[in-house]
Amino acid sequence: MASSTPDRLSVLKTYKLYLGGAYPRTESGRTMPIHDAKDNLVAHFCLASRKDFRNAVGAARKAQDSWASKTSYLRGQILYRMAEMLDGRADEFCQALVVGGHTAKQAQQELEASVDRLVAFAGWADKYSQILGCHNPVAAPYYNFSVPEPSGVCVAVAPDESPLLGLVSLLAPLLCVGNAVVALGSQKAPLATALFGEVCGVSDVPAGVVNLLTGDRAELLPEFAAHRDVDAILSANLRPAERRILDLGTADNMKRVHHEKWGKGAIMDTSIMHGPDRLLPLIEIKTIWHPVGR
Amino acid sequence: MTSKTLNIEAPALDFGEHWEYAPAPEGTKVEIAARYGAFINGEFVKGHGRKRLATVNPATEETLSEVLIANPKDIDDAVAAARAALPKWKRLKPQERAKYLFRIARRIQERARELAVLETLDNGKPIKESRDVDIPEAAKHFFYHAGWADKLDYVFPGRKARPVGVCAQIIPWNFPFLMAAWKIAPAIACGNTVVLKPAETTPLTALRLAEIFQEVGLPPGVVNIVPGDGTTGAALAAHPGCQKLAFTGSTAVGKELARINAGNSKRLTLELGGKSPHIIFNDASLDAAVEGVVQGIFFNQGHVCCAGSRLFVQEDVLPEVQQLLRARLHNLRVGDPLDKNTDLGAINSASQLATIQHYLKQGVAEGASLQQIKTKLPKKGYWCAPTWFEGVQPAHVIAREEIFGPVLSVMSFRTPEEALTRANNTPYGLAAGIWSDKGARIFDIAAKLKAGVVWCNTYNRFDATSPFGGYKQSGFGREGGRHGLLPYLELS
Repeated sequence: MASSTPDRLSVLKTYKLYLGGAYPRTESGRTMPIHDAKDNLVAHFCLASRKDFRNAVGAARKAQDSWASKTSYLRGQILYRMAEMLDGRADEFCQALVVGGHTAKQAQQELEASVDRLVAFAGWADKYSQILGCHNPVAAPYYNFSVPEPSGVCVAVAPDESPLLGLVSLLAPLLCVGNAVVALGSQKAPLATALFGEVCGVSDVPAGVVNLLTGDRAELLPEFAAHRDVDAILSANLRPAERRILDLGTADNMKRVHHEKWGKGAIMDTSIMHGPDRLLPLIEIKTIWHPVGR
Repeated sequence: MTSKTLNIEAPALDFGEHWEYAPAPEGTKVEIAARYGAFINGEFVKGHGRKRLATVNPATEETLSEVLIANPKDIDDAVAAARAALPKWKRLKPQERAKYLFRIARRIQERARELAVLETLDNGKPIKESRDVDIPEAAKHFFYHAGWADKLDYVFPGRKARPVGVCAQIIPWNFPFLMAAWKIAPAIACGNTVVLKPAETTPLTALRLAEIFQEVGLPPGVVNIVPGDGTTGAALAAHPGCQKLAFTGSTAVGKELARINAGNSKRLTLELGGKSPHIIFNDASLDAAVEGVVQGIFFNQGHVCCAGSRLFVQEDVLPEVQQLLRARLHNLRVGDPLDKNTDLGAINSASQLATIQHYLKQGVAEGASLQQIKTKLPKKGYWCAPTWFEGVQPAHVIAREEIFGPVLSVMSFRTPEEALTRANNTPYGLAAGIWSDKGARIFDIAAKLKAGVVWCNTYNRFDATSPFGGYKQSGFGREGGRHGLLPYLELS
């Protein structure tokens, strides 16, 4: 292979990060190669640094208030737009998943489930507050009600397996309730994460609301835990030692840390994955009192 | 302390010293044993711990009783009892479980007078507060949660609810009995069993609650009560036999408990400190607002996590608010907590008084103007006159750190945006107050305040049906209402 010269040289891409609505290279200049199952070099991806993460949090913080104050109808439409854009690039994503080791059939299933997940949470956007909030019958002349509000700036740590669906399964509920997200995608198969930034870029997601990193979990987890301007962390299928690193973030600035554990088959089970109980760790409940009287 | 005592201008009706209130002491006598141990597996036991602590009446400095400091062996026993009681308790027919809670609520109501007096003796809070707030609210918590026991599958749509397991619960000294109710009622209604540690300085009413558990025949081990100090709390918080830890107290301790439990699967709810903002807009009803501010910071001597300790007044009404505030504070009555006319009782402990005094000194040193009402404080006991600071800057320590005492910082603002920015400029996020007659503004500000409870044209209202809990470093999880059940349930 190495000795023969091809007739036409393919374009060898380096996939970049998605930060604040732009596609920068990592400030560290570090990249890693991605090989397919036959060990052919497919592309390079960025190895995000601590500084990249901090920049991402800055972008997310700037964007969060305005994202949360958009009408839930609009947030729902933007999530639906993401589903449309993902579906429109189905072939590209399936190829990326095959590079990561999926069979063609598995890739197709994962792509379809990812589209459906975005559609499901697009639908939740203007309904969850009726499920999670309520009026409280206090024993005094007060009007009292509880409403969900977004946690704020959240970090999502996606699992290695299901490189597209794992990421989308964390992003969709986080965005649905008005959080801005910095997500670290699958370390083993980063191509889907890198590509997903391009979906976000064309889906009317305001700049900074979604920020996508590819890189080394062991390097970045302690930074996620320690960052003072992160309000919550959502992870899936991490090892106990990794969970412990993130939990220490609670002790640092009381950021909320929630670990989802998806057993075998659970990620495809919509009765689990599309439930509004998944939104509970991603919100704060605010209770408002006002006197009733003339 | 270089305290500057104000000579307050005479309010409209000033009878000088010619019209003092006659003493109106609450006469009920309560029995207090010379010694208390722990309540484990349905029995009062001596405990393994060799050390005891004296719990004192902070209004007189007299020792009320000598109480066990439960040691790790006691904690082991209590957790084992809770573990053993769990299978039967969670499988009990839900409505039967409910009936135990209903019984507890009734007995609290029936023994309310005794409980209120005991609470006031051990804690120092005015009898009118223990009588009208702490004890009735505690009864209501059991009554409210009793009804949930057979309705748990309705807590969250489409999900089955199961108990979490053995719950470790650690509570503070500011509302000793009410906090015990806040913690125990939802836990056992959901089918969990409990090991509760009351605060070091206020263990007596929790132990009296244990008597009520015996009276109503609550199965042994369902609730265990282990008094003690920080070492007891640390042993309980770290115990691997508990599936859940619920803590109310300081942010510093809350962070330590989070650290201890990092990486294990124990469920955590933390109800921590606050530095809650109280905002008065120029269109507010100022008399009502000032009354709310006074309730907000001087209720329970300011020993309230959600106390409205930072007052922001719109600049054009600041002089009027200050004048009203002075006049109102002048009428506050500080003294014997057992007197039914007392507004402010004793500071809970010598160490808390030292903390408060430290902050007062610091406020003066930083250049704020300390104001206190002129009042005769009793010679014995721990006392702090109602205090407010004028000329406070946002960077002052008294405007940033939780004092947990009867100390208000008065500041001003010009625009709603400035009020919001300054109100949210704190690592805490427990509660906030807004005073305005403009509905649209109230909802705009309420939505933008980063706080778990927002009181609009009122303050310090609590109810068993109303979720309570904070944003940011004020902790996480809610207590009360439907949301307060979630930390005690596994959904599937």
